[in-house]
Amino acid sequence: EIHEPEEVSVWFREGSSCCQETLARNQRFTETPVNMPGADKETDLSERIESFLSELKRCGSGAGSLRGSAETARETTALLRRITAQARWGNAGELMEIIRKEGRRMTAAQPSETTVGNMIRRVLKIIREEYARGSSEETDQQESLHKLLTSGGSSEDNFRQHFTHLKANVIEAINELLTELEGTTDNISMQALEHIHSNEVIMTIGRSRTVEAFLKDAARKRKFHVIVAECAPFCQGHEMATSLCKEDIETTVIPDAAIFAVMSRVNKVIIGTQTVLANGGLRAVNGTHTLALAAKHHSTPLIVCAPMFKLSPQFPNEEDTFHKFVSPHEVLPFTEGEILSKVNAHCPVFDYVPPELITLFISNIGGNAPSYIYRLMSELYHPEDHEL
Amino acid sequence: MADSVGRQVDSINHATGKINRLKLFKRKELTKEEKQRLRKEKKQHKKNKKDDRGPPEKEKEKEKASVPAPSKPATQSPAHKAAPVPVNASASESPVAAEKPAKSKAELRAERRARQDSERASKQGKKEGGQQSTSSKPKATPNELQPVVKRLPDHVQVDDPVALKKLAKKLERQQVRQINIVMLCLLSDCCPLTDDGFIQVFSEITLHIPVTVIHPSIVRLGLQYSQGIIAGSNARSVALLHAFKQVIQDYSTPPNEELSRDLVNKLSPYISFLSQCRPLSASMGNAIKYIKKEISNIPSQCKEEEAKRILQECIDSYINEKIILASEAISKYAIEKISDGDVILVYGCSSLVNHILCEAFEKQRKFRVIVVDSRPRLEGREALRRLVKKGIRCTYVLISALSYILPEVSKVFLGAHALLANGYVMSRVGTSQIALVAKAYNVPVLVCCETYKFCERVQTDSFVSNELDDPDDLIVTRNGKTHLENWQTVKSLGLLNLVYDVTPPDFVDLVITDLGMIPCTSVPVVLRVKNVDQ
Repeated sequence: EIHEPEEVSVWFREGSSCCQETLARNQRFTETPVNMPGADKETDLSERIESFLSELKRCGSGAGSLRGSAETARETTALLRRITAQARWGNAGELMEIIRKEGRRMTAAQPSETTVGNMIRRVLKIIREEYARGSSEETDQQESLHKLLTSGGSSEDNFRQHFTHLKANVIEAINELLTELEGTTDNISMQALEHIHSNEVIMTIGRSRTVEAFLKDAARKRKFHVIVAECAPFCQGHEMATSLCKEDIETTVIPDAAIFAVMSRVNKVIIGTQTVLANGGLRAVNGTHTLALAAKHHSTPLIVCAPMFKLSPQFPNEEDTFHKFVSPHEVLPFTEGEILSKVNAHCPVFDYVPPELITLFISNIGGNAPSYIYRLMSELYHPEDHEL
Repeated sequence: MADSVGRQVDSINHATGKINRLKLFKRKELTKEEKQRLRKEKKQHKKNKKDDRGPPEKEKEKEKASVPAPSKPATQSPAHKAAPVPVNASASESPVAAEKPAKSKAELRAERRARQDSERASKQGKKEGGQQSTSSKPKATPNELQPVVKRLPDHVQVDDPVALKKLAKKLERQQVRQINIVMLCLLSDCCPLTDDGFIQVFSEITLHIPVTVIHPSIVRLGLQYSQGIIAGSNARSVALLHAFKQVIQDYSTPPNEELSRDLVNKLSPYISFLSQCRPLSASMGNAIKYIKKEISNIPSQCKEEEAKRILQECIDSYINEKIILASEAISKYAIEKISDGDVILVYGCSSLVNHILCEAFEKQRKFRVIVVDSRPRLEGREALRRLVKKGIRCTYVLISALSYILPEVSKVFLGAHALLANGYVMSRVGTSQIALVAKAYNVPVLVCCETYKFCERVQTDSFVSNELDDPDDLIVTRNGKTHLENWQTVKSLGLLNLVYDVTPPDFVDLVITDLGMIPCTSVPVVLRVKNVDQ
């Protein structure tokens, strides 16, 4: 009871989870714990989870600082590792239950931030694999396709066995996952030189850190021109353009309305995305569908740079959960007061891009066609985890 | 008598002597800098020729690089422009005598240089989709772009160097639209206009065209165009025609001249002035062609008052027929296409489409409207205001949300700036995008356009010929941060603000004109029929 209010006030003062982490750690060492160490860890863990959830809620509304998906993925994975290490569980089934429960809360906090759900499913798959490796020394030499069809066979009660090294194995596997996450941007940028040639005109929309790194890597050896569509009302294209200029890449900023007008001069379109859906389609920033249609009309290849952690087992058919809206005050400002009350203004954030318009996916494991996405998904996630 | 004459002659000689001395003095000054400048220009010219073969996007950077070059001679030009001002004061009193020494060698050389500078700059501007009719030399207009510009008589080009010098100076802004041109006319009947507090002296005009000056209503019109106060092709044409009515009213035939020939010659410098302020639209071009034809058809034995009356009536009937009655006819056809329960999408602010919607609403059709808008002009807000005032239910989105909103839409109504002879629709930038996405969602696209906007040009994409707007309009401050604030200092950053784009005819399902509802590909048929009529 003594140290709880202190920790909470510390969190409010600093407001960032990493600061809170160090402070909480210090707190633990300075104060003599009145409760059992186990319960202490639990409260610490639950507070971390709470702070992560509130960060997710804040970022989504646009009030807090916009984090990249990579950061979110890393933080989610780190938190899951912590849960594995600190939560009380006896066997794999319990661990999966805990993770699923926390996972549902996290995805409910920010449904549009799909990387959270993706990481949870990855970790669940890791647990299943480690369990399978631990339990059956029989090596499954069956083909993965056969496994796909018969995977429904492994039922829940299989996970009740206890293994001594399960925890260590799972944590080690999650660490591998973390290292993979660290290297995704670099892996993608390494492929840049294969796709970008000199004197090309490349078009992009909005701001994607992956595409930025991709283009900057190619600019080290090749000279090309980039056209950035500004993507109103957020106008993230402006940031992208200024950041590209720092590497001396010749950049032109155009308004969204000029996308089709300019497309006749463009050689390639390279975009990032928020999510890659299970059918190979995209959930990307608004305006991307127009860009994709214009590229299709001019037969310009559309390349999507997306790391694997953005691949999500969702389908785009749930109309009511697909779109996310923010306040339309940037679309129709409050200064237009007289007509505001009589007009509906919309400001959707995302667009759906069907897979027929996409030429190539470039991810950290290489280039793929959109028709191959379903296979990649089966390797990353277990079908039973698609619904958390 | 002899004394006074002598004194007069003396004063004239004195004046001319002053001019001569000034010119000589300037000549000495200019030779050194002149040589430097010519050398630099040659280098620039060679460099530009080499880069012309490169991708057109690189033109932007070259243009910026060459901006310091033309701006240097341009900055020196006001220096020596200021010099002749006191000279002019005396020169205008003796216009006849001043005419001869005025065209001294240095003056002509400066003119030629300025013309070269701005030609090069305008050629570059054309390469990346610059203005339509800034070039005065016909070789820079490869297509029958603006017949007005091609037939500019020679003496009119004299006032162009001034405006072209201004063009070179303003090239950093990449657009004529923002030029605050104020003419300080030294004749008493023209009062100086000081809009926005900018006064620039175009003294050479009075020097070289001692009698002709730009009519003040034309000057006002040019300012309104360049400031964007009058925007939209119908509004611009109507304003132009009203200004011409005023010009004709104030016109008086000089002796030994025929009204039919002289008035046409008088109008030409006005037209080139207006095209410097903002490139002429297709509708304006057609209106000017019509007026010129009417003027030249005036019989020579007609008295001046009679001729003026005829011309005023012609202009009035043109406005009435081609614009006002045409919009009534188009509304009648279009209202047949609007059914109850429709959700209609419109883009930007087209006077014709707004008129149609208001009429349909009055005729008790039940529909709702979605207004799509785009940065940086945000013209859709104006349309939104007009429609809401009428009481029509409206939704408002930006063009990037188009894919989200299109599944709800049943029809798309678009306005046009011009219809080209190969069936392409030239309209505000973003229109082609709307048509493209509507086609992908199988929503019918209807374009509403009066026949006087049909023009003989052909164009395949939006880059070969376009108008550039002020790039600073793209800068926006969001959350207190303005990322593109110093874009001009950054070498590799450019902003592109196009005004128009062309929509291919396969995206357009129907064109509603005052002659009826036609497909896009029938435009040349209508043009031929019109020509036969005339």
